[in-house]
Amino acid sequence: MCLAIPGKVKKKRKEDAWIDFGGGVVKKVKISLTPQVKRGDYVVVHAGYVIQKMEKEEARETIELFNNLKLNEKKYR
Amino acid sequence: MKRNIDKFREKSFSQQVLQKIDELQSGKEIKIMHVCGTHEVTIAKWGLREILPKNIKLICGPGCPVCVTSAQEIDSAVKLSLTNNNILTTFGDILRVPGTSISLAEAASQGANIKVIYCIDEAVSLAKKNPKKQVIHFAIGFETTAPTTAVEILNNSNLDNFSIIPSHRLIPSAMAGLLKSGQCQIDGFICPGHVSTIIGSQPYEFLARDFSRALVIGGFEPNDILLSILMILRQLRKKKTSVEIEYTRLVKPAGNPLAIKKMWQVFEPCHIGWRGIGIIPHSGLKLRLKFKKFDAIKKFNLKIKRAFDVRPGCKCGEIMKGLAEPKDCPYFKKQCKPEFPLGACIVSIEGPCFVAYKYGSI
Repeated sequence: MCLAIPGKVKKKRKEDAWIDFGGGVVKKVKISLTPQVKRGDYVVVHAGYVIQKMEKEEARETIELFNNLKLNEKKYR
Repeated sequence: MKRNIDKFREKSFSQQVLQKIDELQSGKEIKIMHVCGTHEVTIAKWGLREILPKNIKLICGPGCPVCVTSAQEIDSAVKLSLTNNNILTTFGDILRVPGTSISLAEAASQGANIKVIYCIDEAVSLAKKNPKKQVIHFAIGFETTAPTTAVEILNNSNLDNFSIIPSHRLIPSAMAGLLKSGQCQIDGFICPGHVSTIIGSQPYEFLARDFSRALVIGGFEPNDILLSILMILRQLRKKKTSVEIEYTRLVKPAGNPLAIKKMWQVFEPCHIGWRGIGIIPHSGLKLRLKFKKFDAIKKFNLKIKRAFDVRPGCKCGEIMKGLAEPKDCPYFKKQCKPEFPLGACIVSIEGPCFVAYKYGSI
């Protein structure tokens, strides 16, 4: 199951990190696939491993992507 | 961050996207397949099929790893779990899927030593804490999970009492296999969000280039799916197919290069059977020669004489190929229910039959 809830990195030590998912839920996960994550980063976890850091800015980009689609619409009629 | 997630569920945003979808399509039937069980959950849960124009068909493909793991692999896991001195570790969602005769859950009730885990490192810890036992991990999952298996094998290359049943599968190969079979006419794909987080957009490019299909990597919120559909329609309208990323907040074109590297260090492609579908070339992962000692099938010289994926009349195979819907299956909601599964698709919470059972038929 792909749980796409981002959690925030609370602390990290070697190949482990503690991720805060909100509501008092903190889980210990592995960062062997994403050793570059830092405290404060938002990350997505799958099967106990952080798979990627979630970019706050990119979320805004997706909205802008849509707005660009609207602007370019006229070309495709 | 929460505000951005809300945007992806906002009704006013959905309505704007739906209006654009309506403007962009010509009334001709368009078939869009997704290959991710969680996308099916999003689509069903938010009722997206009901709000799209009737000529746009959203089809569920073989994106549920539990559903496509073959009965032979489950039978292997059952046999190994019933052997003295073995501990079989598995993710919980495959526990109740029937093999040819029984499921792992039923094997456990017969005394099999089975441990449900959430992360493969628990299996490795179990092996280290029990040096006289053989710990075998049932390694199912797509490209999101395969690198995690690879990492543990790389980090524990001297561990002699740990092995895996290699059951990982590759999504782009499966998509190509479905297209080559010619059975289901698909115009575009919503590509899986988390598989793509690992592999990026490049592995799908041949599908846009050689098969002229529109491809968009989509996220898991309702507006992610609607936006992905809009982007697919735009490609089809322009007659210019490519791989686009809608889920930019997580998916990068290069994916996760470290995870990809680890996966290919340990595994290489092989032909593998998908339950109910048959063998799809180059769609599985086998251990490279260097890591063969971690292959439990070879280690324990396991031979399963006769395995049956699908019982007569069951439509799991056609459903996985996008050729049928759960309601077309004669067993659906009658003899086959989540509590009493006859096939795999009704067991996993992201299996199409379970989703249809829970949220209403596709």
